[in-house]
Amino acid sequence: MVDAVAVEARSVSKVFGTGADAVRALDGVSVTIRANEFFTLLGPSGCGKTTLLRLIAGFELPTAGEILLEGQHVEHLPPYQRPVNTVFQSYALFPHMTVAQNIAFGLEMRNVPRADIDNTVSEMLVLVKMAGLGGRRPSQLSGGQQQRVALARALANHPKVLLLDEPLSALDLKLRQGMRMELKNLQKTTGITFIFVTHDQEEALTMSDRIAVMSQGRIQQLGAPLDIYEQPVNRFVADFIGDTNFVTATIDGRAGDYVRCRCAGGLDLLASPIGGAGHGAKVTLAVRPEKILLKPGGLGTVAQTVYVGTDTNYEVRLGDGSHISVRLQNAADGHAQFAVGDTVAIDVPAGAARMLQD
Amino acid sequence: MAVAAETDHIAMVQAAAERRFLLSRRLLASPAMIVVGVFGVLPLVIMWIYSFLVAATYGGVEWIFTTENYVAFLFQRDIFDDTLQFVPDYLQIYFRTFLLAAFTTVASLIVGFPTAYFMATRPPSQRNFWVFLITLPFWTNLLIRTYAIQLIIRDEGLVNDALQWLGAIDQPLHILYTNFAIMLGLLYSFLPFMVLPLYTSLEKLDFRLVEAGFDLYATRGRVLRRIVIPLAKPGIVAGCILVFIPALGAYVTPLILGGGKHHMIGSLIATQFGTSRNWPFGCAQAFILMAIVLVALLVYVRNMTGKSRVTHG
Repeated sequence: MVDAVAVEARSVSKVFGTGADAVRALDGVSVTIRANEFFTLLGPSGCGKTTLLRLIAGFELPTAGEILLEGQHVEHLPPYQRPVNTVFQSYALFPHMTVAQNIAFGLEMRNVPRADIDNTVSEMLVLVKMAGLGGRRPSQLSGGQQQRVALARALANHPKVLLLDEPLSALDLKLRQGMRMELKNLQKTTGITFIFVTHDQEEALTMSDRIAVMSQGRIQQLGAPLDIYEQPVNRFVADFIGDTNFVTATIDGRAGDYVRCRCAGGLDLLASPIGGAGHGAKVTLAVRPEKILLKPGGLGTVAQTVYVGTDTNYEVRLGDGSHISVRLQNAADGHAQFAVGDTVAIDVPAGAARMLQD
Repeated sequence: MAVAAETDHIAMVQAAAERRFLLSRRLLASPAMIVVGVFGVLPLVIMWIYSFLVAATYGGVEWIFTTENYVAFLFQRDIFDDTLQFVPDYLQIYFRTFLLAAFTTVASLIVGFPTAYFMATRPPSQRNFWVFLITLPFWTNLLIRTYAIQLIIRDEGLVNDALQWLGAIDQPLHILYTNFAIMLGLLYSFLPFMVLPLYTSLEKLDFRLVEAGFDLYATRGRVLRRIVIPLAKPGIVAGCILVFIPALGAYVTPLILGGGKHHMIGSLIATQFGTSRNWPFGCAQAFILMAIVLVALLVYVRNMTGKSRVTHG
C-alpha cells in the first residue's frame, strides 16, 4: 500500500500563449505522488504549482508530457471523467443551491441512487462538523464554514485524489491554524491522497508527508518537511523556506567527516561536503539563524536586536562589515541575552552549516 | 430648564433640516413624476372613461355610458332581436398575437443566449465592443429597418433571388405577408433586448463555478442546465419580459411585414382610432390588452421572486 502510486507526472510541460507572449508555466516536471500521502506543492506565485494542480484536475491540457492516475493515462480526459476532485481557492460553492445540494451535486452527476446520496451527504456534514446546516445557503455561512462545505463537496465523491488549491488562504490566521490540523486529520481518517498547493511554508511544513518546492516551472527539491528544512539543496529552497544566512566560503581542508570552510569575517564553519567541492573551492553555505549560538567574545558586535516573543533576533556585524542573523531563545525572565553593542563570539555546531549546490 | 430648552431647539432645527432634505429629494424626482403623470397616467384615465362611451360618427365620443365596447370584444349583437352571438374574430387576433410574441420570445432566447454567452466569455477589454455592435441597429429608425427586411424577403427580394440563382427553388417562396414574416421582423427588432440583459447576467457569472461543475462530474450539458442557466435566470426573466411585452403591442412590424392581412393587437387598436373611427372600442381593446399583460406580468414576477428567494436565501 505504501508503494502504490496515486499520481504520476512524466516530463509535463505547459506553455500558455504563443510566440513572443508565450509563458512556460511548467518545464518538464516529473513527480510521483504516492497513495495516501499528504503531498504539498510549495512555491511563490507564478512558480507553476497551481498549473500542475489544474493539469491533474483536467482544467488545462499539458503542452507535453504524460499524467497518470493510478497507472491510467488521463492527460486527455475532460475533468468530469477523472476520479479526482478539487477544493478551490475561492471555494466555488454553487450559490443557488443549499449546502446539502452542493455536497450532493457530484453524486447526482454520477447517478448515485437518492438514498445513498442522502446518506453520504449527512455523513459528510458530520465529518466536516456542519451537521444541521445542510439547509443553509453558502451566502449564509462564514468563510470557515464555506471552506468545510467545499471540502465535504469534494470528499463526498470519495475521489482517488483530492486536489486543494490554496484552500486556507482566504481564512484569518487563527482559523487557518485550526484548519491545518483538521485537514491533516481528515486526510488520515479518509485515507485519500491529498495534493495541497500553497505558498505558505509553515502550512507546508506542518501538514505534509512530502513537499515539492517549486520555482520557475520546475521542482527544485522533493522531500519530507525535515529534509527540505534541514537539507535544502540550493539557494532558492534555503531562502524560500525559513530564514537563512548565506555565507560565501573557501574550503580549507578536512576535519573528520566535515570540511573546514573559511568564511569572510574570520568565521570558520564545519559542513558536510557535497560532490565536486574540493580543497580551495568557493562554496555557498546556508546557516539557519536558530542553529547559531552567541557567546561573550570578540568576533563581532551586536548591531541590532528584534524582540519576537519567545526569541530575540540578533544582527551581528562581523569584522569585515558583513552581517549574520542569529536567533536565540530569551532567558527565563524574558530578557534578551545580549544587547546592542555587546561584542560576541559566534559558535556554529559542526554540520549546522549546509553547503549548497549553486 | 435652559438646557432642556436648548435641546428642544436643536431637535426642532434638526427636524426642519430633515424636512427640507426630504423636500429637496422629492423635488429631484418631480420632473419625471410630472412627465409620467401628464403623459402617462392622464391619457390612461381619459381612455378608461372613453372605453365606456359611445363612438361618434366621425371619431371622438358621445357622452352616453355603455359597456358595449367590452361586450363587442367577444360577441356580436344581432341587429334585429338584440341577442348576443359569440364571435371569436378578435379573440383570434389576440391568440395570434400572444402566439407570435411567445414564439418571438423563445426564438430570441435561443438565438440570444449563445450570443450573450460568447460576449461574456470574451476578454474584458473586448466586451464593450461587442455590446456596441449589439446596440448598432438602434442607430437607424425601426421603420426603415423593417422596410429593409421587406426588401430582403419579398418575392423578388434578396433571399428568393439568391435561392433561384442557386437553383434551389423554381418559384419564389412567399415569405412576406405571413405570420412567419412578422415573427422574423419581431425577432430582429427585439433581439438586442434579449441579448443585453442576458449578457449582464452572464458577465457576472463566476466561471470558476463552471469549472467546479466539471470537476464534480457534470458534462457540458449538465453544467449548462444545472449551473449556468439557473445563475443566469434574472437575465433570462428580464430579457423575456423586455421582448414579450413590446412584441404584444407591436404595430409597425405586423403592418409592414403582415401586409394588413395578419392583424396583431397593436394594428387592431390603431385601426379603431383610424379608419374604423371607433375610439371607445379602441380604448376598450387597449385596456383588455393591458389587463392581460398585467396579470401575466404579476404571475411571472411572483414566480421569479419566489425562485430568487430560493436562490439567494
